[in-house]
Amino acid sequence: MSNFSLIVVLLVLLALGYQLGMTRSRKVATVNSDLRMHSRPHHYGMMVGLWAVLPAFLILILWLWLSPAVINAMMVSHLPTEVSSPSTEQLRVVSQRISNLADNFGVVADAEAWELSAADHLRQLKANSAIMLTALMAVIAAVGMLISLLKITPRLKARHQVERVVKGLLVLCSTVAILTTIGIVLSMVGETLKFFSYIPPTEFFFGTTWNPRFSTVGVGEQGDFGLVPLLAGTTMIAGIAMLVAIPLGLMVAVYLAEYAPVKLRNTAKPLIEVLAGIPTIVYGFFALVTVGPFLRDLGASIGLDINATSALTAGVVMGIMIIPFISSLSDDIITQVPKSMRDGSLGLGATKSETILKVVLPAALPGIVGAVLLAASRAIGETMIVVLAAGNSPALTANPFEAVSTVTVTIVNQLTGDNDFSSPQSLVAFALGLTLFVITLLLNVVALVIVRKYREQYE
Amino acid sequence: MSNSAPVKISATDVKVFYGDNQALHGINMDVYQNEVISFIGPSGCGKSTFLRCMNRMNDTIDQCRVNGSILLDGRDIHDPSLDVVQLRAQVGMVFQKPNPFPKSIYENIAYGPKLHGLAERKADLDDIVESSLRRAGLWNEVKDRLDQPGTGLSGGQQQRLCIARSIAVSPEVILMDEPCSALDPIATSIIEELIDELKQNFTIVIVTHNMQQAARVSDRTAFFHLGNLIEIGNTNDIFTNPQQKRTEDYITGRYG
Repeated sequence: MSNFSLIVVLLVLLALGYQLGMTRSRKVATVNSDLRMHSRPHHYGMMVGLWAVLPAFLILILWLWLSPAVINAMMVSHLPTEVSSPSTEQLRVVSQRISNLADNFGVVADAEAWELSAADHLRQLKANSAIMLTALMAVIAAVGMLISLLKITPRLKARHQVERVVKGLLVLCSTVAILTTIGIVLSMVGETLKFFSYIPPTEFFFGTTWNPRFSTVGVGEQGDFGLVPLLAGTTMIAGIAMLVAIPLGLMVAVYLAEYAPVKLRNTAKPLIEVLAGIPTIVYGFFALVTVGPFLRDLGASIGLDINATSALTAGVVMGIMIIPFISSLSDDIITQVPKSMRDGSLGLGATKSETILKVVLPAALPGIVGAVLLAASRAIGETMIVVLAAGNSPALTANPFEAVSTVTVTIVNQLTGDNDFSSPQSLVAFALGLTLFVITLLLNVVALVIVRKYREQYE
Repeated sequence: MSNSAPVKISATDVKVFYGDNQALHGINMDVYQNEVISFIGPSGCGKSTFLRCMNRMNDTIDQCRVNGSILLDGRDIHDPSLDVVQLRAQVGMVFQKPNPFPKSIYENIAYGPKLHGLAERKADLDDIVESSLRRAGLWNEVKDRLDQPGTGLSGGQQQRLCIARSIAVSPEVILMDEPCSALDPIATSIIEELIDELKQNFTIVIVTHNMQQAARVSDRTAFFHLGNLIEIGNTNDIFTNPQQKRTEDYITGRYG
């Protein structure tokens, strides 16, 4: 049976076990009418269903995880000695080829006799494995269901058993999320270390030239992998974005929290939050088609030489994108400042704007800083706007009117080429990604610490 | 307190509405200079609402309307030409929960004087801070840590800090909205002593749930019920010989 149908059968078993358990528990209850059942019938049903399905499901997972290696080893052990002896790398190629043959996938015309027989063998092994798995699961499911059915007595604490399973499930789900994060980091660390075996870390972190050559002919032809110009571009664009977003976002927040009538606030806030929901590629071509030329013409009219695609263009548009991050979070934080604080200030004869400026904003400052840092980490990781609007020129410059490139854009460039994935030209993307990850992680941690500290203040 | 003292605040037919709800049904009352007058009554009887009318703090509440006239030194506080900011400097307020700003002790006191430009030089400001803290009986406890946050003080100290803060702008009237309800008995008695001293210089209106407190600190007492002023008179008379049945029921603990 295919794995999919196995899972369907398991689901059917779950329902069946549930029904059987309920019926059985009712029967037990009528027989032992003098005793009160510990749990409700549906708890017994759930317990029987879970006992029928969970062990069998675990077997399925283990089998799917372990059997390919076992089958492969069995197949290899039957290969003629002259092919089974060579290096592991060649053996891997050979087994891949045989496996393809067995699946009728990419059949090669010149397959040799021993290859075909090995493929037949492999097919046979796989079929056997599937049958064994089905049989094993059937037995385990049946045993599980029977035993748990027989175990149903008034004293059995089925309710607690189900509770434990639920808890286990929740733990499992959160583990998956955490493991995924760890997995991503580990895989990036692995590839990054591989990259550093080609290029020393000092050259990467302190090099001021970014010029990787897209040829892989021999050592010494790899080009320069200096991070500094990219980081400078990222910082400049994120900085411009923050210069746009902080004042605008804060003023929006102050207006919404302190001045806007409730109705207006309830309409305006979601509308502003829509800004954060616009796909960044749309911002990208908005920058490219509208903002870039506008800034160029504006610059020309006051005698400034501004590139249509420049750090300024990307930064301004990115700033617009992150306004809602700052305005929404800050609005929440300003609203959280207790009314007693405002009353105290107003009661001393301060005007509304004096109260906001001298009491409310200082009180909300830690939270606002947290919001700004979260927005900043979003700006640093932003890609599409920069790909389209920053001009992609990885030169070290302090002039925001010129084209620059960022870490994210470079990752896109390095991975979308026709490169071998084990060349430093591709591997550098992982080093860049890891660097970016560490930077945004630090920003987030600092932001969260500040926000949490602030929360404790009023609770 | 003799009724020959000049009238400080005179309220005539004050009605307050929250949206469609009428919270006060025409209050008439005179508050005399340098007296301590306390408002008592069950929760929701309108005593705090009336207190907040006296420095127009109800302006800050949406949908709140105030009718009738309130005269401060003979001048209508709802007069459009009157500056509400000046009014609140003249009629200070201390709130139920101590609400020091999240600033240093010094900055908490200096906040009001700075706003109103009461001090030309730093030395003047220092003087105001010191004298305000002294009058609030807090100076000796905090003089060595003026630069530390006001929120780090104990509840009773915070409340005295708030009193010092409102003294610092030299008001004529201080409104206190249940100033001791969040404090323990010792901190409460310190504040009560303070109120006794403050009445030399200020007119004090205090809302309280604590009838013993009203009896201890105030010269006159007003009893509110369901948005009406039921009875007002010398504190002694109210507590020993109330004229109204409802007042008697309340102070003897029959309801409320």
